[in-house]
Amino acid sequence: MAQHGIKEHSHGAGVPIQTRNERPRSTSIEDFAEVSKLQEIWRYLPIDKLKGLTQSVIGELADSHVTLNLASGVTANWVDTTAAQVGKAGLPEDRIAAIAWTNASKTLVIDVPKDLEQSQPSFVVIKPQSDQAMASHVLINVGTHAHATIVLDHAGLGVLGENVEIVLGDESTLNFVTIQDWDKGSTHVSTQFAKLGRNSNLRHTVVSLGGDLVRVTPAVELSSPGAEVNMYGVYLADSGNYFEHRPYVDHVAENCKSNVAYKGALQGVGAHTVWVGDVLIRETAVGTDSYELNRNLLLTAGARADSVPNLEIETGKIEGAGHASASGRFDDEQLFYLQARGLSETDAKKLVVRGFLSEIIQKIEIEEIEQRLIAAIELELERVGV
Amino acid sequence: MSKLEIKNLHVSVNTDQGPKQILRGVDLTISSGETHAVMGPNGSGKSTLAYSVAGHPKYEITDGEILLDGENVLEMSVDERARAGLFLAMQYPVEVPGVSVSNFLRTAKTAISGEAPALREWVGDLKTAMKNLRMDSDFTERNVNEGFSGGEKKRHEILQLELLKPKIAILDETDSGLDVDALKIVSEGVNRAKANTDLGVLLITHYTRILRYIQPDFVHVFVAGKVAEQGGPELAERLEAEGYDRYLKASA
Ligand SMILES: Nc1ncnc2c1ncn2[C@@H]1O[C@H](COP(=O)(O)OP(=O)(O)OP(=O)(O)O)[C@@H](O)[C@H]1O
Ligand SMILES: [Mg+2]
Repeated sequence: MAQHGIKEHSHGAGVPIQTRNERPRSTSIEDFAEVSKLQEIWRYLPIDKLKGLTQSVIGELADSHVTLNLASGVTANWVDTTAAQVGKAGLPEDRIAAIAWTNASKTLVIDVPKDLEQSQPSFVVIKPQSDQAMASHVLINVGTHAHATIVLDHAGLGVLGENVEIVLGDESTLNFVTIQDWDKGSTHVSTQFAKLGRNSNLRHTVVSLGGDLVRVTPAVELSSPGAEVNMYGVYLADSGNYFEHRPYVDHVAENCKSNVAYKGALQGVGAHTVWVGDVLIRETAVGTDSYELNRNLLLTAGARADSVPNLEIETGKIEGAGHASASGRFDDEQLFYLQARGLSETDAKKLVVRGFLSEIIQKIEIEEIEQRLIAAIELELERVGV
Repeated sequence: MSKLEIKNLHVSVNTDQGPKQILRGVDLTISSGETHAVMGPNGSGKSTLAYSVAGHPKYEITDGEILLDGENVLEMSVDERARAGLFLAMQYPVEVPGVSVSNFLRTAKTAISGEAPALREWVGDLKTAMKNLRMDSDFTERNVNEGFSGGEKKRHEILQLELLKPKIAILDETDSGLDVDALKIVSEGVNRAKANTDLGVLLITHYTRILRYIQPDFVHVFVAGKVAEQGGPELAERLEAEGYDRYLKASA
């Protein structure tokens, strides 16, 4: 069921986009040009792996594809995507997100009621088990003063166009993790929007482990004073994996903080990751403190990591803004040191990769996810005699 | 009883200008319980010798052999050499980000002994060894060599020596950059290892002061990639007084 389009401002499709804040925002498919490598946002993407996600009419994720394991006090229900609460965190900035928005007639709403303090994580597991293109829409509402941990876990086989909205009430905190652990043959384009209330705190972590094509574009709007976001990412890309992460922080209000740190390990011929980090500090965002970082460790030849930090600053009255980006091979001296202490080459590499990623893994603070990641690293390095 | 034999060792390193010969026929034999000091001018190839024994991939062995108890060390990988009982305390220990000292030591101990150490015993051994080396217990939570001072790095090397219990250890300038107290503490560590496990030591140094704490049985003068002279402890005293001029002229 297509809904009536919501539109913010439009420059018309096909106009080259210069700065991040000039991108059109709309839920209408026709407001966006066809997906093409000529547009910066798609330039790295292996378009043939998008499967059906570029078609205007696609299927829809159903209740039966979702398993909920919610901590007490946290609730879930499905509403029409036309409901007033949907679209509050942000609107699509590209065609695939608009297609997903339009085709998902229902939205899964996860509610954390105000004042709830829940340290137990809630799990939302999405398993389409189908190679048919599907749209889905998830909305996470965290009430004023509430504290919660929510894991959105994607697994199995799927071709999924997804929009995820996260709305944080004033003074609330959310530890949010989105896991992409897809089987071979899967494609996933996840557009995520977060809007943070006054003095709220979001930890947004992207974990990408499997899938032919995984594209996660989390956009965080800091439009209330004192809000803070930490955006983390950790990924392990093998031959046959294409992972693209484009975190975006939009600093609008004064005295907000953002910190972006993504780290990935790649191995095997054709493993490809792309990281494009955008930070926009608007004229109104006085007192902003911002930093973004991406590091990639290439375990074998034939893997490729693209890394592009973009920083746009429209005011000089900020606390700080910086970025760092680097991709490199294993450090031979590190491996020698560990091997000289008796570790086999594989064990030495495992230790180095774990060490390299540990900075991010430790930030997740959900024991079972940390263990899952460590196991994934072990498996990854067993697989190829790297 | 163990024996490390280095025979007619020739080693070159690959540079942008092609291979460069560094070791030109080194002969050395180190047995359990013995301490051999190797002294020589900068660039004479002392670290090259140490790395070649440990198996660093940068160095190419062009001639000669290295045997440990008759086994061909040159056919072993780096980790096999370590598991066979060779240990190299590095001149410049490497940082390993994100890997805690405690995790590193336990992993290394497990690799060397072929099984995970019993937890209670291990914790006790680690505590004692660290106390002996006057290392703070919170050291174990820090990342390997990250932000360690020069002296802390050297203590950490000797800590590994004591815990991993090798047969033969090569100490590459473990005394450099240590203050008087640290020098004593580190030397005591080496002497403990010698007493407890009958360790054979090849001690590379520029200074005789460490030889006051760790008594060498033999002193070898290393010049231009080979042993130019050997003798007893008195040779070290003479080197300190006279320098290497005599040998350098002879080799030029
Ligand atoms: N990768 C390399 N490229 C070129 N020359 C090298 C390389 N590695 C080592 N060398 C050279 O080999 C020689 C021996 O170096 P080595 O580090 O073994 O000396 P050393 O005796 O340990 O000196 P020091 O007392 O300063 O520690 C030096 O001249 C050094 O510059
Ligand atoms: Mg040296």
